Amino acid sequence: MKSSTLILNTAALAIVPLQLMFSIFLLLRGHDEPGGGFIGGLVAASAFVLYAFSFGAESTRKLLRVTPRDILAAGLLFALASTLPALWSGQPMLTAHWWELPLPGESYLKLSTVLIFDIGVYLTVLGTLMTFVIGLMEAEE
Amino acid sequence: MMLLAVLSGFLLAFAVPALHRLAGQHIGWLLALLPASLTVYFASLIPSISRGETLLIEYQWMPGLGITLDFMVDGLSLVFALLISGIGTFILIYAGSYLKGHKDLGRFYIIMLSFMASMLGLVLSDNLIAFFVFWELTSITSYMLIGFNHEDEEARKCALQGLFVTAGGGLVLMAGLILLGFMTGSYSFTEILASDLQLQEHAFYTAATVCILIGAFTKSAQVPFHFWLPNAMAAPTPVSAYLHSATMVKAGVYLLARLNPSMGGDALWSGSLMLFGAATMLTGAYLAFSSTGIKKVLAYSTVMALGTLTMLIGVGTELAITAFICFLLAHSLYKGALFMLAGALDHETGTKDITKMGGLRQSMPLTAAITCLAALSLAGLPPLFGFVAKELMLESLLKAPLWSTGLLVMAVASAILVVAVAGLVAIKPFFGEVRRTPKQPHEAPFGMLVGPAVLSLLALIFGVVPFVPASIVLDAAISSVYGGSVQTALALWHGINIPLMLSGTSLLIGSLLFYKWQRLQPNLYAINSVGSRIGPEAGYFRFMLGITQVANWQTRLLQNGVLGIYLLILVLVTFGLAGYTLFIKEGFHLDFDFSDGYFYEFGIALLLIASTIFACATRSRLGSVASVGVLGFGVALIFIHFSAPDLGITQLLVETLTVILLVLVLFKLPPFVNLSSPWERYRDLAVAVFAGIVMTLLILAVLDIQYFESISSYYVENSAGLAFGKNIVNVILVDFRQLDTLGEIFVLALAAVGVYSMLKLKAEDQNKS
Repeated sequence: MKSSTLILNTAALAIVPLQLMFSIFLLLRGHDEPGGGFIGGLVAASAFVLYAFSFGAESTRKLLRVTPRDILAAGLLFALASTLPALWSGQPMLTAHWWELPLPGESYLKLSTVLIFDIGVYLTVLGTLMTFVIGLMEAEE
Repeated sequence: MMLLAVLSGFLLAFAVPALHRLAGQHIGWLLALLPASLTVYFASLIPSISRGETLLIEYQWMPGLGITLDFMVDGLSLVFALLISGIGTFILIYAGSYLKGHKDLGRFYIIMLSFMASMLGLVLSDNLIAFFVFWELTSITSYMLIGFNHEDEEARKCALQGLFVTAGGGLVLMAGLILLGFMTGSYSFTEILASDLQLQEHAFYTAATVCILIGAFTKSAQVPFHFWLPNAMAAPTPVSAYLHSATMVKAGVYLLARLNPSMGGDALWSGSLMLFGAATMLTGAYLAFSSTGIKKVLAYSTVMALGTLTMLIGVGTELAITAFICFLLAHSLYKGALFMLAGALDHETGTKDITKMGGLRQSMPLTAAITCLAALSLAGLPPLFGFVAKELMLESLLKAPLWSTGLLVMAVASAILVVAVAGLVAIKPFFGEVRRTPKQPHEAPFGMLVGPAVLSLLALIFGVVPFVPASIVLDAAISSVYGGSVQTALALWHGINIPLMLSGTSLLIGSLLFYKWQRLQPNLYAINSVGSRIGPEAGYFRFMLGITQVANWQTRLLQNGVLGIYLLILVLVTFGLAGYTLFIKEGFHLDFDFSDGYFYEFGIALLLIASTIFACATRSRLGSVASVGVLGFGVALIFIHFSAPDLGITQLLVETLTVILLVLVLFKLPPFVNLSSPWERYRDLAVAVFAGIVMTLLILAVLDIQYFESISSYYVENSAGLAFGKNIVNVILVDFRQLDTLGEIFVLALAAVGVYSMLKLKAEDQNKS
């Protein structure tokens, strides 16, 4: 299934990058403002779904470069990796760890296992949905 | 050190593939260094144990659940540990020759070492749960070893049978151990044994005893579970020698002996042990006598020995326990040796059938000599240790407080049969006229003879000077089973007394039976074939068939492929149970209060209701999907209205993507037709309405009733302080309740894999057709 309307195709080319950027924005700000890995992953997935509807499953695969299942697996690995620092320091599993990297000027960068975990959620959601959509679209062809 | 000693087998198992490449065919000798050094280590504990001490070495495992990895060394566990590591040394050497050039030799050693470690853990564990874990590990490794020749269907079947029986019994045992833990308030053997609770008077005593006995009986192949053990002979011979005669099958007996001081003394305990033990002893002896395969003969005589051991624990007098420990040691020595020799025979002649062997002493003189020595111990003849053990057994039965005559008659009957069996093993293949065997026989290699030779010589030495092993370690073992300090004075020669006369009689009649064996064989065969049709093994097969039939029946009933039925059952069960609980706990309250509602809230509610009705009523699938989408957006509006932006966004996105996914699937469906009858539709309607009503009542109840203080305030207060985040929803998701989220993304991944495989399978089906 592939739409060949010029309007959708042109719009998709403009919207998809914006949506992807927005999804990462949502992911990163999630800890303090509405957003987070789950929502970010959904937005990213809808971006790729829009692309898939405009240009077909095959070109979406090319855009993703890796198969959706690998994205899924990477997500799970990220989530599991976020449990390691607690394990190393002998704390109960899933204890959050925070690191603050000073940046030039007054600001600093907040990094944490929670963020790694959130990235894992983001990738898992994205991978799952893309597995569904691309799988279904290809099954049709 | 103790932890390392127990677990080193597992560690070394990991290194086997690399070592196999390095050492090639000589890997057996290399690996045998581990059990050899373990034997030395355990031997170094002998002095303190023989002084009557009990070593307790503590390691934490799961402290929150009261599960520890504590190890306890007393006389009983030390005897077992020495047997496991000592015999293990020779078995590993032996296996190197027996399986020389086998393509899976590396795999064999991996499982074998894992088994050895599990078995050591089993006999040394102080914690009931850790004990159980090791117990099941031995069942699993035994399964893999019986099915080692996994390309052979028969081997796979036998392996599965052994696993079902022992692991099934293991589950019952777990229930028994947990009951025991409840009764005593402790999961530690030492504490249970040291406590002066009268377990026999506890309400759980009967249940716990029955469970533990079933567990021990399945593992130690007592009647009526004895059938799996001879079938386990499908395993390579080193496995039979090690697991299925010297060590694993004694785990059940070990457990009985371990618990005897606490659980024993009751009529239920000693009565069932004597009854089942004696029955097993006689059955095993008879079946051993009537078999023709050398491994089967030995396997059934192992069943006989296990029965004897169980019976002796049941008798429970000081003398009986002494006989128990001696018989245990004697049996492990001669049976380990005989199995290895049987393997050597099989290996060198190419047949397991003793009717096809004869006169082999000319071509295999050393094998013949060692076999005769071990068989003397089996038959219970002086001056071997088997004689000491058998005399003790007969004497203890003579003086048994209960059922003395009956047990003695059965013991003498089985002793007669065992003498004949010893003849079958030692005389039949090696003496008489020379018969042609499938392979030209020649002497077995050194690696295959060193183990049996050492074990048989030990049986001889211990027989001549039985007080030496007794003072070293047996006395301590007897004390820990008896539950009080015991000093024995073992001797080979007790003068002419009743046990000796009984032994003499059984030797005479046994020799006669052996002489007549060839002529009796057809009759025995006929009896056994009737027995196998009505025996416990037939029951096992009927049981397995029954399981398959029940599974088929309930699959047809519950999972017949109509998705509507699945949904119906799920909804009915969930809401039925929830509604029932609600009714019992709170009753139903219907008090609607719309006074503080705004007009736009009613607007959204109307939209929701309208879209629901439209989704159910419309005949267009696309319309239905779209109106479900409207429903979802309406819910999202409610979330946003009540200031839950995260939920609102998520709901919107999920709804959008769901509609897209549904549309993708819709294209693949056939045109819409009504397949269900009106009755079915009314039934579905009724269920749906019921679910809706229960849900409404539930939500109304939730507003009124609060069992616990709400946790929301905790999240609100601590979100920024503890988790450094201001978005509470997200902080809950990725920090406070991170484990839930971790579980959920794995469920997501599973769903994706499921969908992917369904689509792929479908595509492959289409490609084929």
